[in-house]
Amino acid sequence: MADAPQPTFGRPVPRIEDDALLRGRARFVDDLHFADMLEAAFLRSPHAHAAIGGIDTSAAAALPGVVAVLTMDDLRPLLTHDRLVVAMPSPNYRFDVHRPVLARDEVVHVGEPIAVVIATSRYVAEDALALIEVDYDPLPVIADCRQALDPDAPRVHAAIPHNLVAAFDTSYGDTERAFTEAAHVVDGQFWLHRGGSHSMECRGVVARHDALEDRLTVWSSTQTPNVAQRLLCDLLARDSNSIRVVAPDVGGGFGPKLVFYPEEVVVAAAALRLGRPVKWIEDRREHFVSTTQERDQYWDMAMALDAEGNILGIRGSLLHDHGAYTARGLNVAQASAITVPLPYNVPAYALDTKLVLTNKVPVTPIRGAGQPQATFVMERLLDLAARKIGLDRAEIRRRNLVRADQMPCQKPMKLRGGTFVVLDSGNYPEAQRMVLERAGWEGFRARQLEARADGRRIGIGLANYVEGTGRGPFEPVRVRIAGNGRILVASSATAMGQGTKTMLAQVVAEQLGGSMDNVQVTAGDTAAMNLGFGGFNSRQAVMAGSSAHAAAVKVREKAIKAASYLLECAPDDLDIVGTEIRVKGTDRKIGLGDVARTLEGIAGFKLPGDLDPGLEATEQVIVHDMAFSSGSAVAEVEVDIETGQVHVTNFLLAHDCGTMINPMLVDGQVIGGIAHGISNALFEWMGFDENAQPLTNNYGEYLLVTATEMPPIELMHRQSPSPLNQLGVKGVGESGVIPTPAVIISAIENALEEFDVRVAQAPVSPMDLLALIDAGRQRDRGQ
Amino acid sequence: MDHSERRLIELTVNGVIHQVEADVRLTLADLLRHHLHLTGTHIGCEHGVCGACTVLVDGRSARSCLMLAVQANTRAIVTIEGLSVEGEPLRPLQQAFKDHHGLQCGFCTPGILTTLHELLGDNENPSEDEIRVALSGNICRCTGYQGIVAAVRSAVDAIRRGA
Repeated sequence: MADAPQPTFGRPVPRIEDDALLRGRARFVDDLHFADMLEAAFLRSPHAHAAIGGIDTSAAAALPGVVAVLTMDDLRPLLTHDRLVVAMPSPNYRFDVHRPVLARDEVVHVGEPIAVVIATSRYVAEDALALIEVDYDPLPVIADCRQALDPDAPRVHAAIPHNLVAAFDTSYGDTERAFTEAAHVVDGQFWLHRGGSHSMECRGVVARHDALEDRLTVWSSTQTPNVAQRLLCDLLARDSNSIRVVAPDVGGGFGPKLVFYPEEVVVAAAALRLGRPVKWIEDRREHFVSTTQERDQYWDMAMALDAEGNILGIRGSLLHDHGAYTARGLNVAQASAITVPLPYNVPAYALDTKLVLTNKVPVTPIRGAGQPQATFVMERLLDLAARKIGLDRAEIRRRNLVRADQMPCQKPMKLRGGTFVVLDSGNYPEAQRMVLERAGWEGFRARQLEARADGRRIGIGLANYVEGTGRGPFEPVRVRIAGNGRILVASSATAMGQGTKTMLAQVVAEQLGGSMDNVQVTAGDTAAMNLGFGGFNSRQAVMAGSSAHAAAVKVREKAIKAASYLLECAPDDLDIVGTEIRVKGTDRKIGLGDVARTLEGIAGFKLPGDLDPGLEATEQVIVHDMAFSSGSAVAEVEVDIETGQVHVTNFLLAHDCGTMINPMLVDGQVIGGIAHGISNALFEWMGFDENAQPLTNNYGEYLLVTATEMPPIELMHRQSPSPLNQLGVKGVGESGVIPTPAVIISAIENALEEFDVRVAQAPVSPMDLLALIDAGRQRDRGQ
Repeated sequence: MDHSERRLIELTVNGVIHQVEADVRLTLADLLRHHLHLTGTHIGCEHGVCGACTVLVDGRSARSCLMLAVQANTRAIVTIEGLSVEGEPLRPLQQAFKDHHGLQCGFCTPGILTTLHELLGDNENPSEDEIRVALSGNICRCTGYQGIVAAVRSAVDAIRRGA
């Protein structure tokens, strides 16, 4: 008898995705090729705001190799609607600003698509773009969301009377009293700047209509193929079985690929109209002006504390730059609003949130989705308070963190779906204690003084975070054992590099023989699963993982029951080992495939044990509450006060994402998130001038962290199982990014404490730091 | 401007000789991907910064998005498809990437592997700093680079042991 395979769940098993990627055999959307395929290029607005008179496409259409030039006027007969109606529900909108499929009368941000050229090659299509003549009448522009609320401010949309697209309050407790009775009050204004997602694969779409079956297949580099399919069916007035959407290998998502974009429906409509496959691949310059962005927020906040440094209340306001359209909903600002007080005991809270339109690329979630900004604000307030009261930064946090004995801890705030925020599990003070001990927090002061004596400024920072993960309500998974014994797993979960297929295979293999090689996973294909959402909000291990577990358990039970009839023994005597069901302690066995074939039935004969036909199960576990991951980060930096350059020299994170399905993948997700956060803290700045013209549209101007800027990162895993799902898992995809800008800035302030530098923003550039150091020196001289 | 000029070129890709009539403005990346259907080489920025499109030209790393196909005339090109043999186990560097989670979405990985192939050809035992400097022309948004550096160090050990 062969050795039983080891369990797969909880082990750092290698990924099933890797071999194809390492051999150059993966299939990303731009790798698809069809014999008669055409290529598309989009004409995009060079103005941040303009009225459009005429669009003359005749010269472009006449260029040899051009097959069609389409504007909204040409597409309208093919579509049920002129706009993409994608906004999630909320009573807090003041008006709707749905994106047009293609702009016709008005453009409201640089990069907005106006027309598409479809030609024999992308080269020819781009030649033709230069021949399209658009009659623009430039209109006043608003680039800064702080000015956009001024009654005399230019209007982002000419027909909409003001720029306040939505507003809401998030409040509980008696903040007035908290501030009246406070022994200490600190306040500050904070600014977080926008960046892009910058998945290394840009977006892309290929659409192909099969006239024989009248079926349209759309391959899209999307995080949400099932959502895209529903929208395409609505817009093109087609039945759901006549449109298949597939996310092939996706080269990173990081949020914006969850959004449905104009290009997806335009390419699909063009393929239908022209009767030929059409491909559009976003280039990087397009990515800078057409893929959604995030993080522009302005906060004005105050914290009240008692004499011992216990938080009594927090109040303030948040101005959130929404961009030019509602491309997803109010969710980023909602997440920011509830995240501020989450890790701590905050008896009273009042936040006035305003979402403001600007003539810039629409804002939707990027890894972290509003949570890094809120964490930055909370942790800055705590650092200010520690300084004012004369407490150690770690001690003030220790006094205020939610304690393990409070779990589960309900907060008097609601998620967007209406259920209360409940921190489900974890020991936040212990995570902070662990990371401080490992980082040598107590001994750092001596190291810092020693370095300063050498003329080096080193600093240490601390930040805690809580991340809402596992957004419900469900994500289906089907597990089927085929007649050849192979285990086929299908899910609407969508892989964009996180190892989702490996995760699902591990959960299923754990129940069904332990052989990862025997599991084949299909993810992100609407033909395999017609319900579901896809990948966002750190949700797939929680939601799809739970469904995969439930389905695999059902299939296991059925396989064993069927085998017990076939082998004439008790179910308890059976176990699944590899691809066989064995009678424990004997050499009697039956193949999984044989059981599956038996359950396929023979016409005229009873199935064994009167079991239902087939060896498969589909499960869609429903969870409404979110599983909250958490952690404590410490970073060390060295700041060169002559150049303003910051080197991150060490990074530690004690984090808790509940039970880990694959520790290797967890490490990868967390470290990748930390890199994104370091990039947000120090490098990524998506600039716009006062006319909302983008100033950074290539990687010479927009900096991303590279290997030489990354510190060694040490992770400490804590595993407090979530009580919300059978597996005990919490999401991990966004956790690394959330505390990172906060902890880096805290460390920079610590390194520069002799200059009394307060950094109220991220990113902070070397020039910004030199100005702050200078200001500190001048204050010194003034005293 | 006349975009219609075409030239006959001959180049070797992964040991196979190709004769191609190419538009003079066609990039090497597009020749490899769309004409020779070697889609393992990926295009991440088309302005020479991200490194995803890196291939080896006569043994030296080059950005195939910044090089014209006609400039590859008479040259020997190696792409990701040439760094392993179909049906055979992964080579030590690729295996180390798998073992150490040196890739996630894998889109940047071909350019990183070709870059590292050159590094390890020049320096059989690079330090961590040397590895990071070699990688600094390749942007990876997923991994934070730590798994990549660990993979290279492990591969160096494996190669030195004669694996």
